Amino acid sequence: MKNFMALISGILFSLGLGLSGMMDPKKVLGFLDVTRTWDPSLAFVMGGALVITVVTFRFILKRKAPVCEQNFALPTAKDITSRLVIGSALFGIGWGLAGLCPGPAIANIFTGNVQMILFVAIMVVSMIITEKLVD
Amino acid sequence: MTISSEFTPLLSLSGGIVIGLATTLFLLFLGKIAGISGIVRGLLTGKKQDRSWRSFFIGGMVLGGLLISFLKPELTAKVYEFDTFKLIAAALFVGVGTTLGSGCTSGHGICGLSRFSKRSIVATITFMAFGMLTVFVMGA
Repeated sequence: MKNFMALISGILFSLGLGLSGMMDPKKVLGFLDVTRTWDPSLAFVMGGALVITVVTFRFILKRKAPVCEQNFALPTAKDITSRLVIGSALFGIGWGLAGLCPGPAIANIFTGNVQMILFVAIMVVSMIITEKLVD
Repeated sequence: MTISSEFTPLLSLSGGIVIGLATTLFLLFLGKIAGISGIVRGLLTGKKQDRSWRSFFIGGMVLGGLLISFLKPELTAKVYEFDTFKLIAAALFVGVGTTLGSGCTSGHGICGLSRFSKRSIVATITFMAFGMLTVFVMGA
């Protein structure tokens, strides 16, 4: 049941990414290009998702436990650290360079563009190395 | 190079709603935040017992992406040509940045904001600003 729901969420997540335009780097760069040919569409992606989740998360988190687990496992960190800010800034630079963030990169991996495999491979290796170095 | 993409508010909104439903199911059934960078990283560095659901989720994402590329290839990066140097640099920045910053567009931008997490609000404003700044400097 747990794995099945993970699979369903993953499929839905990618369908949403595709439909919204997030899987198309052109669209993402158009969204980030505020001073020239700005395409604000992607603001509607976050808007659409948040309209749903702000409501559903509130109700779900009133439950004692999720359906397939004993406990919720939510992030516990509260402090705004320099690591959080520097990491997010670096991520933003990478996002702006190619128009890819992790979700759309994974969703695009086997769609026929070999460059996507390269992107995901380098992203994953740099994640592992960074984690080993900082922890 | 100027890139013009069409304004698609309704399509983007409906895609966003589907993403919202996916993260809702994930939280309801698995009790976790659907943050893609964390799920991917944890597959390789996290606990052994978490490997199967992580694999199923990522497998689902790959399947969903394939489905889109069959139905509507123009919505994907199928024919997009990246500058290889930029692509490699981008992948490094995204990998290092999401690890240090503990999240990406999904974990901070959607799940974190839904929980009104201060860290996620700061992270989202920061990566949006730096993304825009990078496109401003480097071009789209």
